[in-house]
Amino acid sequence: MIPAQFDYVEATSVADAIRLLAEHGDEAKLLAGGHSLIPLMKLRLVTPATLIDVTHIKELSYIKEDGNNIVIGALTRHRDIEESDLVKKHLPLVAHVAGEVGDPQVRNRGTIGGSLVHGDPAADLPAAALATGATMVIAGKNGERRISAQDFFVDFLETDVQPGEILVAIEFPKHTDAGWAYEKFVRRAMDYSIVGVALQLGAKPGVALVNMSNKPHLAVSASQAIGKGAAIADVLAVINDDTNPPEDLNATVEYRQHLARVLTQRAFATASK
Amino acid sequence: MSLVGARVLRKEDPNLITGNGQYVDDLQPAGCTSMVFVRSTEAHAKIRSIDTAEALALPGVLAVWTSANIAQLANCPGGLPGLDQPLLAKDIVRFVGEGVAVVVATDRYIAADAAELIIVDYEPLPAVASLSAAMAPGAVVLHEVLGGNTVHFQDFENPLNEAFAAAPRTASLHIVNNRCAPSPIEPNVCLADWGRSGLTLWAAFQAPHHLRNTIAQYFGIPQDSTRVVAPDVGGGFGAKINFVPEFFLTALLSKEIGKPVKYTQTRSECLVAMLHGRAQEHDASVAFDNDGRILALKLTVTQDQGAYPNGTGMGLPVLTTAMAAGCYRIPAVAISWRNVVTNTTPVAAYRGAGRPEASFTIERLIDLIADETGVDPVEVRRRNFIPVDAFPYATHSPLAMYDSGNFAGALDELLKHVNYDELKKEQEKRRQDPAAKLLGIGFASWLEIAGFGPPGSLEAFGHLASWESAQVRIQPDGSAIIFTGASPHGQGTVTTYAQIAADELGIDFDRISVKHGDTAVVPQGIGTMGSRAVAVGGEGVKTASGRVYENAKRIAAHLLEASAEDIIIEDEKFFVKGTPARSVPWSEVAWKSFQPLELPGGMEPGALDSTVFQQVPNFSFPSGAYCCVVEIDRETGGVNIVNMYLVDDCGTVINPLLVEGQVHGGVAQGIAQALYEHMLYDPSGVPRTSTFMDYLVPAASDLPGYITGRINTPNPSNTLGAKGVGESGSVGAPPAVVNAVVDALSHLGVKHIDMPVTPIKVWNILEGAK
Repeated sequence: MIPAQFDYVEATSVADAIRLLAEHGDEAKLLAGGHSLIPLMKLRLVTPATLIDVTHIKELSYIKEDGNNIVIGALTRHRDIEESDLVKKHLPLVAHVAGEVGDPQVRNRGTIGGSLVHGDPAADLPAAALATGATMVIAGKNGERRISAQDFFVDFLETDVQPGEILVAIEFPKHTDAGWAYEKFVRRAMDYSIVGVALQLGAKPGVALVNMSNKPHLAVSASQAIGKGAAIADVLAVINDDTNPPEDLNATVEYRQHLARVLTQRAFATASK
Repeated sequence: MSLVGARVLRKEDPNLITGNGQYVDDLQPAGCTSMVFVRSTEAHAKIRSIDTAEALALPGVLAVWTSANIAQLANCPGGLPGLDQPLLAKDIVRFVGEGVAVVVATDRYIAADAAELIIVDYEPLPAVASLSAAMAPGAVVLHEVLGGNTVHFQDFENPLNEAFAAAPRTASLHIVNNRCAPSPIEPNVCLADWGRSGLTLWAAFQAPHHLRNTIAQYFGIPQDSTRVVAPDVGGGFGAKINFVPEFFLTALLSKEIGKPVKYTQTRSECLVAMLHGRAQEHDASVAFDNDGRILALKLTVTQDQGAYPNGTGMGLPVLTTAMAAGCYRIPAVAISWRNVVTNTTPVAAYRGAGRPEASFTIERLIDLIADETGVDPVEVRRRNFIPVDAFPYATHSPLAMYDSGNFAGALDELLKHVNYDELKKEQEKRRQDPAAKLLGIGFASWLEIAGFGPPGSLEAFGHLASWESAQVRIQPDGSAIIFTGASPHGQGTVTTYAQIAADELGIDFDRISVKHGDTAVVPQGIGTMGSRAVAVGGEGVKTASGRVYENAKRIAAHLLEASAEDIIIEDEKFFVKGTPARSVPWSEVAWKSFQPLELPGGMEPGALDSTVFQQVPNFSFPSGAYCCVVEIDRETGGVNIVNMYLVDDCGTVINPLLVEGQVHGGVAQGIAQALYEHMLYDPSGVPRTSTFMDYLVPAASDLPGYITGRINTPNPSNTLGAKGVGESGSVGAPPAVVNAVVDALSHLGVKHIDMPVTPIKVWNILEGAK
């Protein structure tokens, strides 16, 4: 629980962060809320030579309306998203899921960008980003680029953010007045999900699964089926397509796939209320 | 007005909840250095070599020690001769987490860096990580001196074959009582300063005098210059009455380098290096008639001792088998036990220490009898209870002479709160409705042995004696200080002792302090464990306070020119009964008690200072009746506790607020064992639950509200009438919860589920029944 030695620098702007990333290379890690990174460092599972602290970049902490999108700055804390009237109105699933992350201490420190770039298949917010069809905005020395949430998550704890780049914002299409639900099966309230299901209904529906693959998982066939107006039974029949659930002390593959079906069915029931 | 029985707020809390407590890790004496362990990553291996060169070369490193540096020293005290744990592993490691080397550096970060640079070359050996593996023919042997892995086997005196053969019905269960990691908020922490004036060891410990006695003996140094201090201690649950290598290593290293040496265990270390609890397997058989009356009970306990058996661990199956019959009159009881070593963390006392295991098994058997005979579980209990007029009641065990209780009365009180008939109807209704959650109702009429103890009882666990010390000292201004050897670690002793003393002395609660935890301040002491702090230590406070009060009355009588027998006290004023107008205040009595010219004939200064070594003639026997109501989600297997009804009989209550706190905490730990916690190893001896991500300690948000009630059968072994309540919840809750789960699933033919009852276990049962 004692981290290895590291250097610490503070970035004052996005440009400054990109400059510092270039300067410190592969051995550097960006520090946002720290709620994924610091525990790994304390266990010495991660030993960055330098931490580039981006928490003081004020320009990355915001929630704003932009036409058909709600755009959330990468350093916006979970608590701010959970409480935002704008997010509650247009993205109630995202607001709710932000309120399901960890415990209040975690939500007051952790950031949406930090959670997404950690790429943990067991985390809550990646599923919300996938189900709502979010787009990630990534900045690098050649400017900004955009990538869909689906393509953003590459593998276990691995995203498309390249060396020298920083996730700066997430663009969520509005899902105003559409049905939604987040079903999370846990043993303790503050645990990561054994299985979770994020369901977004409406014009651009999507369903994403938590802890059902080596990466945050968009249930593509099920999402398409919902889009075509399929019966719930038909959605359930394909909800586990392409999943690759882990086996651990809490669950076997069979049990996880069963839970995915049960929770999806419950999500539909909740969403229709 | 009596303070005993009042809901007094804790004197301890203002400091603790504002962050002004003082724990060992808060202490930072000048020149303080830091010790960090290299712990074994292998469950069983030979150590080929340890390369410390790089670590030693790191700037800031003051010492790196392996067993080679302490080759002449005895092994860690508290173990069994020949099977005891070395301070640092010698040539061989026997569990993951065993200390292999230590580093001392100028700060903790450097020490941790240096520890990473130490290279240990292991030659892995086959490991035995379970009782069945350790007892299998041809299993690898941990300690060659044993020739096998069984440390001790106590066979049945009489296996009751005839009683079982003649009985109308019999039933059996194999029960695994899951291994738990105590996990107090504060892990093991110690700080040693061995200078010219002797050794001072600050330690997060439950029994500082016990540690003082042992560490002085270990080093062959006199106790007059050996001081142990346990300041605020953040929980212990029994794990902090064990001697661990860190105490001796920090002391030795402090002497070696001439600076204070501190060790603060990390949370990860705590899970594998702090001694574990429970870890028993039971083979239990019961013979009974068609009406559910028990005719005979047979129990074999197999205790996993971990890699190095210790005195406390060896005592666990003794306590379990002593309490095997619970609160039931059973004509014939046969007990047997076996202690076995495995390549796992050593096992010792954990909240309840042997009694939760006993209670769990007998209460599961009662429900099994109900299931077999069709007699309601509540009725089976009633038919077998020891009646209230049968005390004192001699059991099969010479240890357990039950002295009081009202088991039927506790159950009656419980049923006033539980709408049992309605719940049973609801249960049946839901079974017919596939969409409804299943409902289960579980009872536990539990009994434990506590209040350690009569002469000889703690001596058997290596303690100096079984009394507890209490010194009551009146200051010249009439305030009082109580010194106790029952060093608390969260019990609220500072509050309860002040309540007891306030009643006896007639001194205001706010002018009574309680000092503890420092062997240089408290005359002698034993410690806080086995729910003894009030039943023994509190009784000592009462005895010493009474002696001081008698002398104070004599001084007051002298000052009032009256007879001591006529003196009474109100509002801190002594006066002759009936004439309150002429009084002498406590402050004046106190002041003059130090002035020879003011004292009655024959009395010397210091008469208002009394030290008592309180003895008690018997253990105490807290009991209770609990009921748990659960819902089971048929689709997920998730178990949810809907209600938890708790009726305790802890005898006289000193402070209801603190009793409720102890019950809530104990029940939380019991629910934790029943539903969440399990220290698991893979077959090679590697822990599978080595962080709090996998070892699931429930939080407040995971626990139900509790409905509590109480009956009182006073403890006849002390004048307070108190029995102790620290362990009650952890004894009563696990069987209540599991009985409820089994009840919910009984229509599917389920007879037993081992703890913890996880969703996947329940789901597999539900799937299997389809």
